Amino acid sequence: MSGTGADGWVEACAVDDIETEDVIEVQCAGRTFAVYRSPQDTFHATDPLCTHERASLADGLVQGDIIECPKHNGRFNYKTGEATRPPARENLCIYPARVEGGRVFICVG
Amino acid sequence: MATTEKTDYSLIGPNAQRAAEQGLVAAEWYHPEVARKRMKELMRRSDGPAARDTALWLALLVVSGVGGGLFWGTWLTVPFFIVYGVLYGSATDSRWHESGHGTAFKTSWVNDVLYQVASFMNIKEPTFWRWSHARHHTDTIIVGRDREIAAMRPPDAAKLLINVVGLRDAWDTAISVARHAAGRLTEEEKTFIPEGERFRVYREARAWVAIYALVVAAAIVLHSFLPLMYVGLPSLYGRWLATLFGLSQHAGLAENVLDHRLNARTIRMNPVLRFLYWNMNYHVEHHMFPMVPYHALPALHAEVAAELPTPYPSLWAAYREIVPTLLRQMREPGYYVRRELPPTAQPFRPEMHNAVFEA
Repeated sequence: MSGTGADGWVEACAVDDIETEDVIEVQCAGRTFAVYRSPQDTFHATDPLCTHERASLADGLVQGDIIECPKHNGRFNYKTGEATRPPARENLCIYPARVEGGRVFICVG
Repeated sequence: MATTEKTDYSLIGPNAQRAAEQGLVAAEWYHPEVARKRMKELMRRSDGPAARDTALWLALLVVSGVGGGLFWGTWLTVPFFIVYGVLYGSATDSRWHESGHGTAFKTSWVNDVLYQVASFMNIKEPTFWRWSHARHHTDTIIVGRDREIAAMRPPDAAKLLINVVGLRDAWDTAISVARHAAGRLTEEEKTFIPEGERFRVYREARAWVAIYALVVAAAIVLHSFLPLMYVGLPSLYGRWLATLFGLSQHAGLAENVLDHRLNARTIRMNPVLRFLYWNMNYHVEHHMFPMVPYHALPALHAEVAAELPTPYPSLWAAYREIVPTLLRQMREPGYYVRRELPPTAQPFRPEMHNAVFEA
């Protein structure tokens, strides 16, 4: 993927790379992110690992606005980053995301 | 290599440190490859299967409980309370387990209600065990990290035998509930229960004390054991099947490996046992993918079977291995069963497999 723009936005993936109500892991700007496509077809980005024990959220299950960690069922609202179910207790870091020309961009600045 | 030394399983002892030094803590474990699309199908939640199975479980509890009450004082009460006891003291273990993973029902609050009820019937304190079980899944059968190792080496025959009727679990829980109701945790418990969750542990323990006090009071007022036959005692007289199930999951297999194929058993069971156990006989698969609901485990098994050791054909067959293994471990604690992978399977971290097989 391309490097970070002057405004902090970076191209992450194509819209069609992610199914509706799903998540993928993306490497861009030298970092890894989890990028989500909600049931309402909006796109969102968070840190890639569960704050509980660092499992990859891209292996988890998206249900509505919630991403569930594949390891211990910790849950987060991927739109707000809020931890909603133990053992996840620490919120997830979120990043702004937008769509342009069929591509998903996230702001990592 | 055989050794006669007793292993230190403490979570705050030297083996906890050793596990960390050996890279066994919160490590990467083996998983077979399953296509993302298929895995999403398998993880998909549904209220239907658990609603059906819970309705049947509750109906059987009511029927057997009413029967036991109607025939109380006669021998005819015995078969009713045998059934009631298994449903209360054994079937709740898998209900506790599945709802704790959040995979029984799609609707979260129903999972949470089932978790609280099943935890009480199963004499497992809800918040305490939620965190204990999270650790069990992070560091499965890692010495010094996993407090849910049922058959520690060398096995203690007396403890294992009295636990067939739940006496060890009940005693441990009684002590633990008393401690938590007084607002205290042990140093070991502090290693896996975060500070912000501890108030829940104390609150739940106090609620349990109140409930048991009410049941005992009812028995005294009514001059009858009958209230205790419904609440409290079935966690003992109905416990035997949960103990058999629980011990079959990992007992006698390898410790300190990062591959559930080497430290867990998948056992074929008939539909009645699978109803009572909510398919936890697919235990290797459950550990590999704990977010797959119980009703999808047979499909998951079919998906990954080529990578797994041959399942045990029955619970009986599993115990024909477990009992002699535990007996041998009493005099030779270093001994364990080495699970063989099929020729089609990929070994994970060959150096670890070799260590298991050469030990």
